[in-house]
Amino acid sequence: MALYIFKRCLFVIPTLIAISIVSFAIINLPPGDYVDRLVAEGKNRGENMSEEQIAGLRTVYGLDRPITEQYIRWISDIVLRGDFGDSFRWNLPVSTLIGERLLLTVALSLSTLFFIWIVAIPIGILSAVKQYSIWDYVFTFIGFIGLAIPNFLIALALMYVSFKYLGQSVGGLFSPEYLDAPWSLEKVLDLTSHIWIPMVVLGTAGTAALIRTLRANMLDELRRPYVVTARAKGLSELRLIIKYPLRHALNPFVSSLNDVFVNLVSGGTIVAVVLGLQTIGPLLLEAFRGEDMFLAGSAILMMSMLAVMGTLFSDLLLAWLDPRIRLR
Amino acid sequence: MADAQTSTDTIAVSPETRNKDRGVVVANQWKLMWRKFRKHRLAMIGGIATIGLYLVVLFVEFLAPFPPDAYAANFTYAPPQTLHLFDNTPEGLRFQPYVNGYIVEIDYNAGRRNFVIDPETKYPVGFFVQGEPYRLLGLIEMDIHLIGPINQGDPMYLAGADRLGRDMLSRTIYGTRVSMTVGLIGVTFSLFFGILFGGISGYFGGVTDNFIQRMIEFLQSIPSIPLWIGLAAAIPAAVPPVQVYFMITLILALFSWTGLARVVRGRFIALKTEDFVKAARIDGCSSLRIIFRHMVPSFTSHIIAVVTLAIPGMILAETALSFLGVGLRPPVVSWGVLLQEAQNVRSLSQAPWLFLPGLYVVIAVLALNFLGDGLRDAADPYT
Repeated sequence: MALYIFKRCLFVIPTLIAISIVSFAIINLPPGDYVDRLVAEGKNRGENMSEEQIAGLRTVYGLDRPITEQYIRWISDIVLRGDFGDSFRWNLPVSTLIGERLLLTVALSLSTLFFIWIVAIPIGILSAVKQYSIWDYVFTFIGFIGLAIPNFLIALALMYVSFKYLGQSVGGLFSPEYLDAPWSLEKVLDLTSHIWIPMVVLGTAGTAALIRTLRANMLDELRRPYVVTARAKGLSELRLIIKYPLRHALNPFVSSLNDVFVNLVSGGTIVAVVLGLQTIGPLLLEAFRGEDMFLAGSAILMMSMLAVMGTLFSDLLLAWLDPRIRLR
Repeated sequence: MADAQTSTDTIAVSPETRNKDRGVVVANQWKLMWRKFRKHRLAMIGGIATIGLYLVVLFVEFLAPFPPDAYAANFTYAPPQTLHLFDNTPEGLRFQPYVNGYIVEIDYNAGRRNFVIDPETKYPVGFFVQGEPYRLLGLIEMDIHLIGPINQGDPMYLAGADRLGRDMLSRTIYGTRVSMTVGLIGVTFSLFFGILFGGISGYFGGVTDNFIQRMIEFLQSIPSIPLWIGLAAAIPAAVPPVQVYFMITLILALFSWTGLARVVRGRFIALKTEDFVKAARIDGCSSLRIIFRHMVPSFTSHIIAVVTLAIPGMILAETALSFLGVGLRPPVVSWGVLLQEAQNVRSLSQAPWLFLPGLYVVIAVLALNFLGDGLRDAADPYT
């Protein structure tokens, strides 16, 4: 097991390097850099910058160096000093801007993941054990709908309903009075009372997908001879299901957690924009619109790292559940 | 696979079963698949809906009453009208479609105009009426529209109007063309990458296989939407709409070929050791002939199913990107671009019919999912 963990963690390193290169490449894709933009903005205000001023600005931001050098400077600052650079637009260190949002993104993704588990496992079992019952049909139907409706549409519909009939907005992760307040127990409690709406919105697709996976797996397992044997032994139905077929059926379920977690981080971007959450997603979108390159790059890097960590976690979980994997 | 059952008629069967199953015995693979597919009722419905949507794509100009950019400042956020098919004429109830006009009330407190349906004014509506000229399929010049006001210029908003008084129904129908083809073209791109990399990976194996598999794992482990936003934001504003369209589909395909590549690779590996492939090799067939004449036909059906299941993801991704304002841009009309109008809760509460494109997205995704599910089940007709 230790060897497997070691190997698996080792594999994370090249992935992270690749991610950092991709992040850096993407932020350098748009034609023109931040200084070009400053110059254009200056022109709109009627200020014309001289060539020396422009060149000076480039030197200040390090934009005059070759691209590989810019990358190496960027990544070594991050790794060695935890310095993500400054946001051009906000004139603040990126780490200050991202720090709290990263925490909230993690909180939202993890709580959504648990929500998905808590909902999907019992429903998946029920749908399989009572195949072709009314519940099976109801949940299959809801599952299909949940997969087909993009989650930002669910968010919009929810906002519409609450605005129209409750007269209030459901957006955000905090009540206004806690928005800029320092962290305290009250703020955490306020968060828990707000987080469930984005959690449900974000979790629908994942829940629907996992219910279907688990149902299919359970159906395969329930017809196996060992289930008949266990039943013949006189085990109660509930214990039987939890002890034997469920354990087998959970394997593909855990391995599909990979995709689920990546999708949570990915889909969270849009939901956060619609619901106005204080997570990384909206910051990322704004950074790209403003060509705020260090901020955009760090945001992509952070979200990808989060996804990689989630993948790592679910792989380790799978190895713990299934000896065939760790002994391979 | 398909040649396997030529000898089955030598097996002794009772005359009844022989009569009943004669079709099965002589049917080829595609016929068997069709039989299995037909039993899957949801898939049939999904298939019909999909065909319907792609027919809409072909005949957009005929089906939409108005051009997508025809605006009327007097009818901003006009609510949907009901289409009345029968009217009380002096000769009694007759088939004479019409829609009611609007009375405008100005709400000074809220600072906006409220539209109330006016039952007194009637605008006659007809089927196959003359309207804006267009070219059907880009070839035939026509000016007949499926439905429209008989007197050109009469207001007809069967699904309401948007911020600029443009007909939501027409715009949604035009959006169908862009959104549905984004899925199709995007999938074509990712099919190309998928078969190329999956095929190489599965056929050659070894180091190549390992490298491609790690690459796929990497691509699958990074969240796609932030990357899509990054790549789409890199498209300069000056790029013409058609190019933006192709760039967006290419960007979408860049991250979605991985699933297809895995399926292709898996099939290649499974088939490589099959007897009929060995036989072909012993016969002296070239690698290319083995791949395209013997291996590809036996998993075409799987590929079709996987491709169908990949289209909805594409449609959803395009919708999401355009909704965020980094995908397709107006004047291009897609479902996502239309939903951008619905982003604001206030305008949405005033005009909930702006959700209409969202409904279309859901229908399209459901239809393609059902169809794909059915195709996947039918792809293995012998189980």
